Amino acid sequence: MSKSNQVLEEITSKEYEHGWTVNLEADEAPKGLSEDIVRFISAKKNEPEWLLEWRLKAFRQWQKMVEPKWPNVTYPAINYQDIIYYSAPKQKVKPTSLEEVDPELIKTFEKLGISLTEQKRLTGVAVDAVIDSVSVATTFKEKLSELGIIFCSFSEAVKEHPELVKKYLGSVVPMTDNYFAALNSAVFSDGSFCYIPKGVRCPMELSTYFRINAANTGQFERTLIVADEGSYVSYLEGCTAPMRDENQLHAAVVELYTMKGAEIKYSTVQNWYPGDKQGKGGIYNFVTKRGLCAGDHSKISWTQVETGSAITWKYPSCVLKGDYSVGEFYSVAVTNNYQQADTGTKMIHIGKNTRSRIVSKGISAGKSQNSYRGQVHVMKRAANARNHSQCDSLLMGDQCGAHTFPYIDVENNSARIEHEATTSKIGEDQIFYCLQRGIDEESAVALIVNGYAKEVLNQLPMEFAVEAQKLLALTLEGSVG
Amino acid sequence: MSTSIARDLTSEIIEAQKSLTAEAELRTEALAQLKKIGLPDSKQEEYRFTPVTRHLEKNFNWNKSTPESNLSSIADYLLPGLDANVVVLVNGRFNPLLSKVVSLESEITILRLSDALLKNPIAKAHFNNYLQNETDAFAAWNTAAWQEGVFIHVPESTSVNKPVFILQLHDASAEQVVSQTRLLAVIEKGSTVSVIEKSDSIGNEVVFHNFAEEWVVKDDAHLEYCKIQNDAGKICQVSNSVIHQTTSSKLNTFTLTLNGQLIRNNLRILIDGENCESHFYGLYLLNGNTLADNHTVVDHKKPNSFSNEMYKGIMDGNSKGVFNGKIYVRPHAQKTNAFQSNRNIIISDHATINTKPQLEIWADDVKCSHGCTSGQLDEEALFYLRSRGIAEANAKAMLLYAFAAEVLEPIQNETLKLYLDQLIADRLQKNF
Repeated sequence: MSKSNQVLEEITSKEYEHGWTVNLEADEAPKGLSEDIVRFISAKKNEPEWLLEWRLKAFRQWQKMVEPKWPNVTYPAINYQDIIYYSAPKQKVKPTSLEEVDPELIKTFEKLGISLTEQKRLTGVAVDAVIDSVSVATTFKEKLSELGIIFCSFSEAVKEHPELVKKYLGSVVPMTDNYFAALNSAVFSDGSFCYIPKGVRCPMELSTYFRINAANTGQFERTLIVADEGSYVSYLEGCTAPMRDENQLHAAVVELYTMKGAEIKYSTVQNWYPGDKQGKGGIYNFVTKRGLCAGDHSKISWTQVETGSAITWKYPSCVLKGDYSVGEFYSVAVTNNYQQADTGTKMIHIGKNTRSRIVSKGISAGKSQNSYRGQVHVMKRAANARNHSQCDSLLMGDQCGAHTFPYIDVENNSARIEHEATTSKIGEDQIFYCLQRGIDEESAVALIVNGYAKEVLNQLPMEFAVEAQKLLALTLEGSVG
Repeated sequence: MSTSIARDLTSEIIEAQKSLTAEAELRTEALAQLKKIGLPDSKQEEYRFTPVTRHLEKNFNWNKSTPESNLSSIADYLLPGLDANVVVLVNGRFNPLLSKVVSLESEITILRLSDALLKNPIAKAHFNNYLQNETDAFAAWNTAAWQEGVFIHVPESTSVNKPVFILQLHDASAEQVVSQTRLLAVIEKGSTVSVIEKSDSIGNEVVFHNFAEEWVVKDDAHLEYCKIQNDAGKICQVSNSVIHQTTSSKLNTFTLTLNGQLIRNNLRILIDGENCESHFYGLYLLNGNTLADNHTVVDHKKPNSFSNEMYKGIMDGNSKGVFNGKIYVRPHAQKTNAFQSNRNIIISDHATINTKPQLEIWADDVKCSHGCTSGQLDEEALFYLRSRGIAEANAKAMLLYAFAAEVLEPIQNETLKLYLDQLIADRLQKNF
């Protein structure tokens, strides 16, 4: 046991790897939030009138709303007037190709391990990188546009494809959906937009990298992915932030829209700065993610590996409206030190013969609190709906907590719903079994944790699976209670 | 919304206190608490699916007093063949003519709660120690307004041979009935007792029954406790049961809900000692417009205990089933084993189930799990039976019965088991 305690100590004392800042000159809005700020952001981005109106409407609604208190997390009140709502890395001229992008920026991404040029060549992943609030570069655009795929920053999409943006913006997450979604709708600065035309299978993985760089800024990006009939896309999202003493707010909105027979696979590796060992600093990650299976036989699959953020509040959901549509949710959430996570999913079965599957693995260590909160709702019309949920929690150390709040609401008698959950620590017998076969304790724990999370990690695309495994290893390898 | 009831209630309670002086101070305090929290509306998480307050607003007149009943026989409501100590409360009032205690005085003390609070120091010491008056409006309301109750005391190292049968009857044949009753039971070290509670109502007028129970199960004691809710009348019942267990005590509870308009059961088990064992089972067979809501909490405060929960439900007609099971494992309650399962079958197109099994765990060396399902009868099983010449209706009844009867297994008392078995069999064959 003493060895494992030592290992635990080592692991928990490991510092945040991505905690550097880069001196990027930034173009910022003044602190605070008002209609003027919303107008300022909209003007900065040369937005059309309808979008400004949309933002203002959301802002007015937001003022009437109150911050939700139901998540199982505690944090000091957020002062919304103390946040910078717009921060853009300064550029003299608009870059037309990668070569013209600020070399400092390129270095930032190299440090992140997603060297844009490298990735372009080696992995064939098309990347849209969002730093602070603005989308900086999108690679592989030409190649994609040959197939008719639109993959660009959100502001570009507003200019070049206003009819698509207008049609789908807010169609899955209405502006007044919840407090943070309304805030995002009012002040979102950029994000990614993706449209896959009919019958096209996107030949490469699309990816966005988010980074908060400037101090005191909040990041409010918005992602909108529309998959037209019979198309397929796999989308990756990664996030990091520098180490800072104060808490930073990240309130993003992601909307997925699939038509008949289309499929979107959305993977996230979230590694925002979690705060230091005393729980000081870190990102508040309050994100609204939702996918709508609008057409028959469509499919949305969420995979997430959550290792960062001081507080995570996130429920990637699927609205299964089309008949025979499928929703999936795979999640590994790791919390350490004073991190708090309240995460899970919602599966709303509306169409007939809809299916959903939930696999959630929580791992809590240190003094952290990890909650799964999920809902499976079968509406009256959803005949033969099928759901299987499994949520397991692993506890490491005697000061952390694991909580499960599954809601199961069934209004149709032909639905079959199953839910199971377990909570345990790594079994002494499992460790003993490994030890007697000559595997040392540290490797044994790594083996067991890896096996525990395998079901989810297997869902990740190759590039991300490697990163996710590294992250898991960093935070938890060898720790046993 | 809730204030209108609370306001009318004030006068009702003042009225009640004219005749009931026991624990007047507590009543005033609880009333203040009730005023503070107010009756729950549907926005409150704990009452999201169970509109008790709306039901009360719509159907009850709070200025009416509860009528007397001239019921002379309770033969129809007893369990056939059960030789037991019988306590009868009619419309919330103790009925000495219909009650009888057959066990020896050295074995068990059964008193009216209002008398016990005046005379019995044990009753006085334990009364109102376990209910959550600060957070639960109905518990506070009961503490403020209880009319009558039952006090049970089993002395040390005593095994009570004959069970205690508590019958709560509501006679609403003339006008609406509002009753607030209470139970306090203290089972001393090493003793064993079995208690059966049955609720029945007569007549076509509405009934509201707010029931609060406190059970103290001391070291090495064993309690078997069964609740049967089979009201023919239009009853809205809220019952708050708290069971406090200490070292090496053992608990078996069973809750059967068959009828009623709106039934809400809060069962709270506090495991406040090591090596405790708690089994709690429940079955709700619903049809018509019945709404049955079972909220259970098992709170593991000390290490090395075991709890096992199994609730099953079959919903037909327009009925609604609600289940919420919480398992808390407090820090330092290591080596806890806690299991929970909730399984449901929906028969008709208009029935619904809302279930929320919940685990909250702050200790690492534990084994906890919950499982929850909602579905239909297994088509293959049905086909198997039909292929052997069993008619569809019978095959269905057979499978449903098999599904339901599993929860009866742990019941020790054979007479009780037979009776419950018959109730379930009748219900399933008649209606499905």
